[in-house]
Amino acid sequence: MRVLRLVIFLTLVLSVMEILLFGITRDITGQQRLNVPADQNIVTVKGLKQWLVEQYPAIGKLSSLAVAVNNTYAEDEDNLTPESEIALIPPVSGG
Amino acid sequence: MSNRYIRQEQLAGFGKAAQHKLREAKVLVVGAGGLGVPVLQYLTGMGIGTIGIMDGDQISLTNLHRQVLYAENEVGQLKAIVAVNKLCKLNSEVKFNTHTNFLDVSNALEIIVGYDLVIDASDNFGTRYLINDTCVILNKPFVYGAVQQFEGHVGVFNYQGSSTYRCLYPNPPIATEIPDCNTAGVLGITPSIVGSYQALQAVKVICGLEGILAGQVQIFDFLSNQQYILKVKTKPENLAIKSLQRQYDTPVCEPAGGELTVTELLKWQEEGKPFLLLDVREQKEFAKERLAFAQSYPLSALGQQLDNLQAHLPMVAICEIGGRSSTAVKMIRKVYPSAIIYHVIGGMEAWLDEIGDQYIIEPHLNSPER
Repeated sequence: MRVLRLVIFLTLVLSVMEILLFGITRDITGQQRLNVPADQNIVTVKGLKQWLVEQYPAIGKLSSLAVAVNNTYAEDEDNLTPESEIALIPPVSGG
Repeated sequence: MSNRYIRQEQLAGFGKAAQHKLREAKVLVVGAGGLGVPVLQYLTGMGIGTIGIMDGDQISLTNLHRQVLYAENEVGQLKAIVAVNKLCKLNSEVKFNTHTNFLDVSNALEIIVGYDLVIDASDNFGTRYLINDTCVILNKPFVYGAVQQFEGHVGVFNYQGSSTYRCLYPNPPIATEIPDCNTAGVLGITPSIVGSYQALQAVKVICGLEGILAGQVQIFDFLSNQQYILKVKTKPENLAIKSLQRQYDTPVCEPAGGELTVTELLKWQEEGKPFLLLDVREQKEFAKERLAFAQSYPLSALGQQLDNLQAHLPMVAICEIGGRSSTAVKMIRKVYPSAIIYHVIGGMEAWLDEIGDQYIIEPHLNSPER
């Protein structure tokens, strides 16, 4: 029983969604990747954005921010699973 | 007949047919800076028939670490002219069109219409959106490229029904939101790598080679050496643009202001940020309970008081629950179109719920009739 509980606990802890960060989102968070704790129960892109803005209000101020799920531009209503590969890709203007 | 392109023509999968397509092609390069220099050098070397070079900027000493086509003794000269002078020596078979002005709303359509393909080698969002919209209207593909710090983007938009820049980023950022090369810095080599990829994509589009990044952005992380491909879906409304906007300048300050939460309002006050808090509830409500730093501008009399506003300061309108304050914002904006003005979501009710009685003045509690 204890072992089973440990397995469930580890599964929950380890099944975090990982977010790749680019551009200004790296400056805002000070990180290159973010982990979303599994207990946040985030199942849509919209939910992810809300969580991000709670953690980092400056992200909410960006005029445009592309969210990619499995290398494809994602809309707010698109679903996320723990296996989703997520990336935040803000605009870049330099040349 | 010269054999200058023999090394390309002998390449399997390219050959004389592709070389002929390069010679027939007309390409406009917008921007002759960090991205534009490698684009121009390689398109010239490879034998594009007609190249337009568009840049109204002059060479500065701080350009030279990345714009290696130019030299110290050319500082102060126009990039477009210096570039053409040098490039025509590299390949005298190429026809060059020199455009010594910047792309803007007044010239974009008439210039771009003369080309088959546009290279966006610009350095600002306004030009990027202008290139996008003009290319959509004229049904021309364009090769997008951008750099920021150690990151680079390359992609091909509006190619045979593919997505556009607006499908990726619907709203232009405000000027201070995303740092550019002048503020964030750029390593000399990185725009050159991105520009070279742009030139490669341009050749692929012209010759119909495989691996065109149509509706995709290839993102380079030059520090970790990782690459990432983002596929952008076409949003049909973005292909339906029929005319240019009146202007494409990136807004320099928060244009609309917008909404402010009570937490943000508290933060502004605690940070000592200069702003006017306009309480637009009626005088009775104001007298009963108000924020210590608010000034009374009742909505019913606001029309007459608009002339007295210090509209050079950011303004924040507040009411009981957030309805009247949003009306007040619209009234003020009509008179002061460029004013920075917010309204507080949830109004005084939200303040009392979330912040409590901090900064709250309730004069009626001290009045004799209580």
